[in-house]
Amino acid sequence: MCNTCGCNITPGNRPLIMAEKPKNGVTTVSVLQNLLSQNNHQADHNRAHFDASKVLVINLMSSPGSGKTALLEATIKRLRESLKIAVIEGDLETENDTKRIQAQGVPAYQITTGTACHLDAHLVHNALHHLALDNLDLLFIENVGNLVCPASFDLGHHRNVVLLSVTEGDDKPAKYPVMFRAADLMLISKTDLLPYLDDFSPSNAEQNLHNLANDAPVIEFSSKDGQGMDAWITWLLTEIKDYQALLLNQQTQRPKIQQDGQLLHAQPGNTKFYPVINKTEHLV
Amino acid sequence: MHELSLCADLMDQVMTITKAHHAKKVVSIVVRIGPLSGVEPSLLENAFTISRAGTLAEEAEFLTEALPIRVLCHSCGAESEPAINNLVCGSCGGYNTKLLSGDELILARVELETAD
Repeated sequence: MCNTCGCNITPGNRPLIMAEKPKNGVTTVSVLQNLLSQNNHQADHNRAHFDASKVLVINLMSSPGSGKTALLEATIKRLRESLKIAVIEGDLETENDTKRIQAQGVPAYQITTGTACHLDAHLVHNALHHLALDNLDLLFIENVGNLVCPASFDLGHHRNVVLLSVTEGDDKPAKYPVMFRAADLMLISKTDLLPYLDDFSPSNAEQNLHNLANDAPVIEFSSKDGQGMDAWITWLLTEIKDYQALLLNQQTQRPKIQQDGQLLHAQPGNTKFYPVINKTEHLV
Repeated sequence: MHELSLCADLMDQVMTITKAHHAKKVVSIVVRIGPLSGVEPSLLENAFTISRAGTLAEEAEFLTEALPIRVLCHSCGAESEPAINNLVCGSCGGYNTKLLSGDELILARVELETAD
């Protein structure tokens, strides 16, 4: 591993990369740039907007139908007197979810992605032009229902909350590791249905999450009977408090997925340019 | 479908480099992908065949290099290569581990034809 980014230059490939003389007019440019750099750049821009307005932004992710909108409705009912909340909704089609949120008396903006399976930082930035961030305390981004793609895209938000409804099976974290590894909080939703299901164990779901080396808290939640509501609200208020404290120190909060390897591979300061001796050798 | 939008980003980066070096065409593109990046190498290769059309990379070879999943255990200090959905320490079984490699999605290098 190389010292600057921990990535790719090993004793094995160093002679190839560091070779001196060009041949056949072919030159190799060593880049080491994240393919998501455009998205990540926009995401940092979004995060700067959020931080300037001091609004904590939470990215809600789950498979379709696991209760993201119901969670938001219940949360807004509980908090709308004490906090200023807004919601950005992502769906392939319809404004149904936005109407449900607006019915709760808070601003909401719908992003319809057409065929795209996830929100990205550019889509969220466009949505920000339709929402007044100032005076908000809390902004939820309800991502497109999908346990795969949304996990790969930083939106500029501060926290990832992943819902897992009890009808989906407790092995979902093992089946969708990229998503659940990104969770800052896992909400096991629709727990009012547990008496009817003999094959979902919340403790198995929690174990599967921990097997991803993720020690995120787990809350069992039902928007129907109110189970876990207090724990969820406490988590939210603590996050807002922690975030505001970070802001006072000129820092910001980042969701879990931003750590680890991605940061090791942060965009290098300049592009390196090396000639290569044999252009096909490394292809073997 | 998001492999296609990644490819657009990839092509932007490749074309910026191509322009900077006044290259005539792109010979090959090497991308490094870790299993935890959420990107499937074969799908990215397919998307590339669409994205490269009509560009200086039209005949470029697209190579993906898979990176292993490696974790470092904070409890016992061991390094191991676990399965994608079981990122616990291979030595002591603890889940207080840090990912050293496996979530990368990186344009590693580009080969350019710059002269006759």
